[in-house]
Amino acid sequence: MEALLASAVGVLTAAGIFLILRRRTFPVILGLSLLTYAVNVFLFATGRLALNAPPVLNKYEEVAYTDPLPQALVLTAIVISFGMTAVIVMIALSAYLSTKNDHIDMTAQDNVDEAGEDA
Amino acid sequence: MSLFLIAALPFLGAVFPALLIRAGRNAAASSAGLTSFLALVGLLVHIPAVMRGELVTAHFDWIPGLGLNAHFMLDGLGLLFASLILGIGLLIILYARFYLSREDPMGQFFSYLLLFQGAMVGIVLSDNILLLIVFWELTSLSSFLLIGYWKHLPEGRQGARMALAVTGSGGLAMIAGMLILGNIVGSFDLSVILQNKEAIQSSPYYLPALILILLGCFTKSAQFPFHFWLPHAMAAPTPVSAYLHSATMVKAGIFLMARMWPVLSGTPEWFYIVATTGLVTMVIAAVIALMKDDLKAMLAFSTVSHLGLITMLLGFGTEIAAVTAVFHIINHATFKAALFMTAGIVDHEAHTRDIKRLGGLRHLMPLTFTIGTIAALSMAGIPPFNGFLSKEMMLEETVHTVWNHSHYLVPGLALLAAIFSAAYSFRFISHVFLGPQRDDYPTTPHDPGPGMWLSPAFLVVLVVAIGLFSKAIVGPLVAIASSAVIGSEELPYYSLKLWHGFTPALYMSIVAVIGGLVLLGLHGHLERVWNAIPRPEAKSIFDMVIGALTAVSRWFTDSVHNGVISRYAIIFVAFTVGLGYYAYSTGTIGVPTRVPLPAPIIPIIGWVCLVGATLAIMHFHRNRLLSLVLIGVVGLIVSMSFNYLSAPDLALTQISVEAVTMVLLLLSLNFMPTETPWDSPARRRWRDAAISVVAGLGTGGLIYALMMRDFAFPTISEFHLANSYKGGGGTNVVNVILVDFRGFDTFGEIIVLGIAALVIFSLTEGVLATKVRAYLLNRKPHWPQSGDAHPLMMVVVTRVMMPIALMVGAYIFFRGHNQPGGGFIAGLIVAIAFLMQYMASGFTWAAERQRFYYHATIGWGVLIAAATGLGAWFNDMPFLTSDYGYITWPPLEEFEWATAMLFDTGVFLAVLGAVMLALESLSRFAWQPGMVSEHAMDINPQRDDPVIVDHSQAKEGA
Repeated sequence: MEALLASAVGVLTAAGIFLILRRRTFPVILGLSLLTYAVNVFLFATGRLALNAPPVLNKYEEVAYTDPLPQALVLTAIVISFGMTAVIVMIALSAYLSTKNDHIDMTAQDNVDEAGEDA
Repeated sequence: MSLFLIAALPFLGAVFPALLIRAGRNAAASSAGLTSFLALVGLLVHIPAVMRGELVTAHFDWIPGLGLNAHFMLDGLGLLFASLILGIGLLIILYARFYLSREDPMGQFFSYLLLFQGAMVGIVLSDNILLLIVFWELTSLSSFLLIGYWKHLPEGRQGARMALAVTGSGGLAMIAGMLILGNIVGSFDLSVILQNKEAIQSSPYYLPALILILLGCFTKSAQFPFHFWLPHAMAAPTPVSAYLHSATMVKAGIFLMARMWPVLSGTPEWFYIVATTGLVTMVIAAVIALMKDDLKAMLAFSTVSHLGLITMLLGFGTEIAAVTAVFHIINHATFKAALFMTAGIVDHEAHTRDIKRLGGLRHLMPLTFTIGTIAALSMAGIPPFNGFLSKEMMLEETVHTVWNHSHYLVPGLALLAAIFSAAYSFRFISHVFLGPQRDDYPTTPHDPGPGMWLSPAFLVVLVVAIGLFSKAIVGPLVAIASSAVIGSEELPYYSLKLWHGFTPALYMSIVAVIGGLVLLGLHGHLERVWNAIPRPEAKSIFDMVIGALTAVSRWFTDSVHNGVISRYAIIFVAFTVGLGYYAYSTGTIGVPTRVPLPAPIIPIIGWVCLVGATLAIMHFHRNRLLSLVLIGVVGLIVSMSFNYLSAPDLALTQISVEAVTMVLLLLSLNFMPTETPWDSPARRRWRDAAISVVAGLGTGGLIYALMMRDFAFPTISEFHLANSYKGGGGTNVVNVILVDFRGFDTFGEIIVLGIAALVIFSLTEGVLATKVRAYLLNRKPHWPQSGDAHPLMMVVVTRVMMPIALMVGAYIFFRGHNQPGGGFIAGLIVAIAFLMQYMASGFTWAAERQRFYYHATIGWGVLIAAATGLGAWFNDMPFLTSDYGYITWPPLEEFEWATAMLFDTGVFLAVLGAVMLALESLSRFAWQPGMVSEHAMDINPQRDDPVIVDHSQAKEGA
């Protein structure tokens, strides 16, 4: 089981990073989503894996519980990553609609234009 | 009055002038004056205690962990400076009320002035050097506002910037010096530091600390070679110059040297650095002052020269020199403030302050002439005025000072400075007021109203009175301030009187006066010589240095930060991989200690789906819609794995976030190209792939190694499991951690989420305000649209499901504390319930029925969470401590009620509002005219408009 999870995290990380290194906004957003999954699962797994041991206290009998702390951290991370994705999507969309261009890199010409605006 | 209040009053009072300016300039000025007056009275009531030698203190631990405490103390030195700051401040406020013209924003002026005053009072009352630094920096900032008050003048802006750059960088050096000092002593409290002279002076860090602290003092007090900012700061209105450069800003450096005198002085390093700097400054500035034609520039350089004098006296390191320094601080403040105000009156009335264009004003402005002459004679050191007393004591001291085996160097140079000082003082009198009356003044001057002459007149009365009855008037003040500087009750013998007999100092004074008169007579010749010699111009050097620094930093920034984001990303990834490899190759990993869990067939199927979907995304990622579908598969598998691996809360959260994220991405794809073109060369793709694979291997390997080993250290999770029910009253440990143990984190997170949603909203507003709106209105969709924008079945089903979905949300919310669920998940579920309505019945239909603003929902969420946290304070508990109990409402069964639930309500509202605001903003892009579906299942019996089915419009709906 551990090997399955670790290899899944590895694959998600590799795919996420490859997509983040692309030069258009949409693949970068996809890559960030994949990397988010990888990071969340990674954090969750630092609590070690357990089956049928949710951290919900049982009043009636002594049972084992898995580590609750990484779960709490990951829960907020999931919600926050939604906020982050939404902001990035919005920035990408606004940039595309304003310039009809979805490249993430600035060109040398952009730098010149920007310097011109500063002056 | 508590010292806290004295320090806080000017800051509190700074609000009033800005508000009251609508009630008129008198109201603004009176509120400022009243504040200063109250603070001054509050200070003066402490005089008896300070005179008895008591130390008035006020303590409040601010951040004890950092040694940063709001400790204030009032001793003789603090009393002297605080009364100068508040007293002269009061006079300046009166003067400024009549000096500033109708066009100047006076409310702003008094607000800045009070801010500055508060910062200065804070410096002199601080008993903690970190607190002192905070106030020190505040004076730099508020003086920037004051010097640049006339924003329309380029000189004002440049002068303000220069003052900030010089004093600000000195302040940075001083922070470092203070931290070293605090480290040597082991405390940041002045009262402790002042007791540790031996420890400080024997420390190897004494010299660095000394130099760094002195850098702060010298830049603030305009000592050579940092003197150049002060004359440029003269672009400020005259009241500002009079205040900053007589009694306050530039005296802050002097104050600090005096404050630190007991522990830093007495060493050869101190003597040679401080005394030499002071001496050089005194001489150079006195020479330059004589050559300046601008009245304020002349006074500025004379200020620099007198500051040099005081610095030199403090540098001598002898007790009697310190007493003289204290005495001269008082005298200089009185005559220099009066002189600045006189210069301001001349400028105000004659509309010029160029000495070359003035002269003969004594008949036109007899009152101003009297005030200015007395003050200038005091500056020149003529008896019986107060300047004479301290100048003679200074000369007396120099006679006893040996500089590197030379007995004549210090007295000789001091005499030279005294001669020039007398010369420029005489020039101030003779070239402005004496001589023949002219007929080419820009306007014919006359004496101003009492509002402007009262303040300098009061100071001049002091100048005379201190000169004649020094012992009675300032004797006790000098005594207690000096004993605070020296750090001992026993003062050396000194005598504040006009006649000391035929001493060397008397002869030197006589030489200085005669020399001054001679120089004045030769002024025309001297000026020709002066103008013929090439001199370095401080401002152009400063501008050159700043220009070079800006060019270097611009070059560096541009070459590192060139806007190619994919390059930043690859550098970041490669560097992180390198760091990971370094850690792996240098650390030890140990043997696996855990037995792996078995892997039955179901998880293997899940793994195949996940890896398959991920690889498919890699292959098909240019087809954007398909890759969204595939990423949904990945999300689902992740949610299921959470559930399988004993994390039901995570599974619920992940799956609901998955739903809203998909809607979000689909909405955005609507407006973006549907295909990603090929634009990386193959070489680059292979390079990226190699880096990604290495990173993936590293991450996977790391988590595998981690999972196969037990915790190296005991974790805090046991505590959470043990206390979840006892302390938090809930059995769902994850939820209790979120709303109770780590409630503060959660509080921060909902705020972040709210901010993200507001960012999205404002981005939308910004983009829709541009020409993008026109483009969107005329946009043709990517795909052929469905003929039925709002399918009947879907509309019916979502409306029927709405109450059920809300019920599920409520259920998930209420069970959250004890079973998987809670505010986060409930918020997402309710958001999805609303989203369904938007999708099925159309944006406009849903938005029309939307009764509350999502902004407000976010705000209420955060407020409720904060209020719950604050509630703990009323029970004397720390922020966000929760409480719980059991109540019974018949006929219901007994149920539990925890304050954490209220907090969770805040979380619920914030999450709901944030998700809805984000998606609502995004869908506003899709709005096009004609999208209002007037009939889509919208049966309103109160309306009897005919149903007209317009297919052309329905086709365009989303």
